[in-house]
Amino acid sequence: MVTLNVNGQVKELDVDPATPILWVVRENLKMTGTKFGCGVALCGACTVHLDGKPVRSCSTPVSEADGKAITTIEGLAEEDGTFSKIQQAWVDQQVAQCGYCQSGQIMSATALLKNNPNPSDEQIDAAMAGNICRCGTYVRIRKAIKTAAGASSETQEA
Amino acid sequence: MADKQISETAPKKGKWTRRAFIGAGVVAGGALLVGVAVRPDNPVERLSPMVAKGKGEQLINAWVKIDADNIVTAIIPHVEMGQGIFTSLAQMLADELDADWSKVRILEAPADAKYVSHDIGREFLAPNLEVPAILEPTVGGTFLQLATAMNLQITGGSFSVRGTGQRAMRVAGAAAKEMLIAAAAEEWDVPAGELRAENSMILHDKSSKSAPFADFAAAAADQGLPNKPKLKSPKDYKLMGKAMARHDIPDKSNGTALFGIDADLPGMKYAAVRAAPVVGATVESMNVDSAKAMPGVLQILNMGDFIAVVADGYWQAEQALGTIDAKYSKTEGDKLNQDALFARYASVLDEAGDDGGDVETEQGDVTDAFANAATKVEAEYKVPFLAHATMEPMNCTAWVRDGKCDVWSGHQAPLMARKAAADTLGIDTDDVTYHNAYLGGGFGRRSENDVIIMATRIAKAVPYPVKMIWSREEDTMQDHYRPSATSRFQAGLDKDGKAVSWSNIHTHLFDPQEAPTVPYYNIANHKIRKIDVPTHLRFGPWRSVDHSQHGYFIESFVDELAHAAGKDGYAYRRELLAGSARHLAVLDKAAEMSGWDTPMPEGHGRGIAFVPSFGTIVAEVAEVDMTGAKPKVKKIYVAADPGFAVNPDGFAAQMESSIAYGLTATLYGEISVKDGAVQQSNFHDYPILRINEMPEVEVGIINGDHKRLGGAGEPGLPPLAPAVTNAIFAATGKRVRELPLSKANFA
Repeated sequence: MVTLNVNGQVKELDVDPATPILWVVRENLKMTGTKFGCGVALCGACTVHLDGKPVRSCSTPVSEADGKAITTIEGLAEEDGTFSKIQQAWVDQQVAQCGYCQSGQIMSATALLKNNPNPSDEQIDAAMAGNICRCGTYVRIRKAIKTAAGASSETQEA
Repeated sequence: MADKQISETAPKKGKWTRRAFIGAGVVAGGALLVGVAVRPDNPVERLSPMVAKGKGEQLINAWVKIDADNIVTAIIPHVEMGQGIFTSLAQMLADELDADWSKVRILEAPADAKYVSHDIGREFLAPNLEVPAILEPTVGGTFLQLATAMNLQITGGSFSVRGTGQRAMRVAGAAAKEMLIAAAAEEWDVPAGELRAENSMILHDKSSKSAPFADFAAAAADQGLPNKPKLKSPKDYKLMGKAMARHDIPDKSNGTALFGIDADLPGMKYAAVRAAPVVGATVESMNVDSAKAMPGVLQILNMGDFIAVVADGYWQAEQALGTIDAKYSKTEGDKLNQDALFARYASVLDEAGDDGGDVETEQGDVTDAFANAATKVEAEYKVPFLAHATMEPMNCTAWVRDGKCDVWSGHQAPLMARKAAADTLGIDTDDVTYHNAYLGGGFGRRSENDVIIMATRIAKAVPYPVKMIWSREEDTMQDHYRPSATSRFQAGLDKDGKAVSWSNIHTHLFDPQEAPTVPYYNIANHKIRKIDVPTHLRFGPWRSVDHSQHGYFIESFVDELAHAAGKDGYAYRRELLAGSARHLAVLDKAAEMSGWDTPMPEGHGRGIAFVPSFGTIVAEVAEVDMTGAKPKVKKIYVAADPGFAVNPDGFAAQMESSIAYGLTATLYGEISVKDGAVQQSNFHDYPILRINEMPEVEVGIINGDHKRLGGAGEPGLPPLAPAVTNAIFAATGKRVRELPLSKANFA
């Protein structure tokens, strides 16, 4: 048995501890927002947070999540569905196209802004370079991260 | 995601009008339903049985439903793969209807013959009635026997807005509005001419009366069908031409959007697959001793052309598959190697000489003009095979039971997917229910049926629903590739540098037919030929299809001509386009946006390229920094004339997207073959452009002709590679005649 804390909910699951977090979240917990892209931590589509840090869930066994908190894309919005600042910036900047990689993009961006509320262009590029988008939404991802960063600093000032 | 469930209903009545077939009726709850099918302009005997489907059945391209609660629902016969088509098409319908945008809902039409998009078929079929070449490899010889040659419900060819949107969505909206107004006129006993519609209300200004559409929905269905619904002129557009927020973006930002890979069914199992590495080979033997003992493994299947492991979980299936050692049959394809293939292209082109190959277009006398030219320019260009690499790996879920089958996937042509599943099982298409989801990238890859067929075969062999997912490795190695090609040019210039002859011969031609041609350039003598050099590899449409190769070939060569003439690339193209104001406006805009005449820093270069495709005219200017170890593309200026951009922000997003897709191909894209098998397997050896390499993009849109709309999804791609390589030439004096750039040495 593996005990997992996902988006604040604690679950006991009968899975092989070597199973990557990705497949446990998708198949056992039926939370399909986290996506399979490459299976070898090259594309970032499967990005989730482990204690707030972005990890590639396709290559991280559930055993590593023991005693830690997993956050997935489903855990970002408030309980009433209100989007996080980053999610809202994604809508405002009309980022998504096919949308498949966007859960991973948003998880990486969320982790970035948590540690660095006002990232420079170079810092955005460095933090987001692990997430591939085949539709080429990169221009808008940059804008959305800037928008969200601006929104955060305004809130702090207020 | 769009709700897929709509009630089964057929229009109560319908007739062919001057514009289209319009049907209308009342459905559950007193809602008005209006459907529109487009009439082929050239009714042909062979096609007529396909258009007239029988009593109560029509090929409907667009539906609009107006409910008792005044909600307007647009039912759209296309699929959403990132191009924002649901929103653009709904804008077109809602604008003509004068609907309140906040009360417009969008449904994706189910894969049912009633909701077909025959318009795309018509574009290809009329006037010369040739089967669209883009579809031949996907449906093979069965295409015409489908007896629904027009029943394509396909999304491709950058066609949704310019075809379905223009000819069906707008007509449906306008027809529904006229019927609502007619019903209100009757109810209020006023002339219809005194009524107007606004925000889903009918208004009578004289009496200040107003009422929601819903009040007249039932009565509207009894009104005469409009003979020629009046479409708005651009000055009256309220939604078209506005940057509307896409309806699918919220669900794609919180993880709730459902893709094919997210299908979930009670008792569902998972299949991992590995195909014979050389297409056409079969699995001769396999050692499954360790695999069958692994946890969760339920079945190990030798399917002939592939191995499938079915397990309780996908990871278990994949792990077990990895332990299976297999031997594959020998095939002719085993002999194919990439270097030898390019050598074969060269020798075939050599053998063709001046007269071999198939002539695609010819005008004047190139031989004579070339012989007498003051300056002669010759060049050869090469491009490799390319994979699509959609972010969502290929997948399909199928459940076969009781002689029926359900299939879940994301496919660009749902009706073709349904037919493929039915044929695989030898059952009637009516016994297959196909459920389409969002596509995690299409780019042409999801117009193929191989994945549907494989999943259906596996499902037939097991007693439960099964979800087949390809690994990224399978996705890369078993694609239907953009063909590799070699293209040779010869041109003659007169003493002023003007091009007087243009000869081209190239390997392979897939689609569209005009891709290698340059009718917009004013060159008196030209001759363009092709020679097919088939291999065992599967070809498929890849974003912008053959324009992806020929855009690079043509615009590189034009730049070489400019250089030979001692002129700059922009000025030279201006001369070639002389007389075509619409083309010139696009070229000029790109140059103007980029500040073409301003100097660039040392080691930086600017390049321009111009390619009209899919009805949209595009010019791009690239700024490239060559001072580092490898080319750095800094900025792309895009000027585009799509006739009229229905959703300008969505159009700009498609340009940005095409640039990223095209730049991946330009910098890195290369699939190569060794002993018949594809050598690349994942993103380490088939790299994709990342955010740190993404240039700035500036898009300028010209609405050049609101009656002739062009596409958005593809036309931004063809000019990208040559704009970049022409910029490299400007910076370094080195001409890039082979892609990708990762093969070039700029040291």
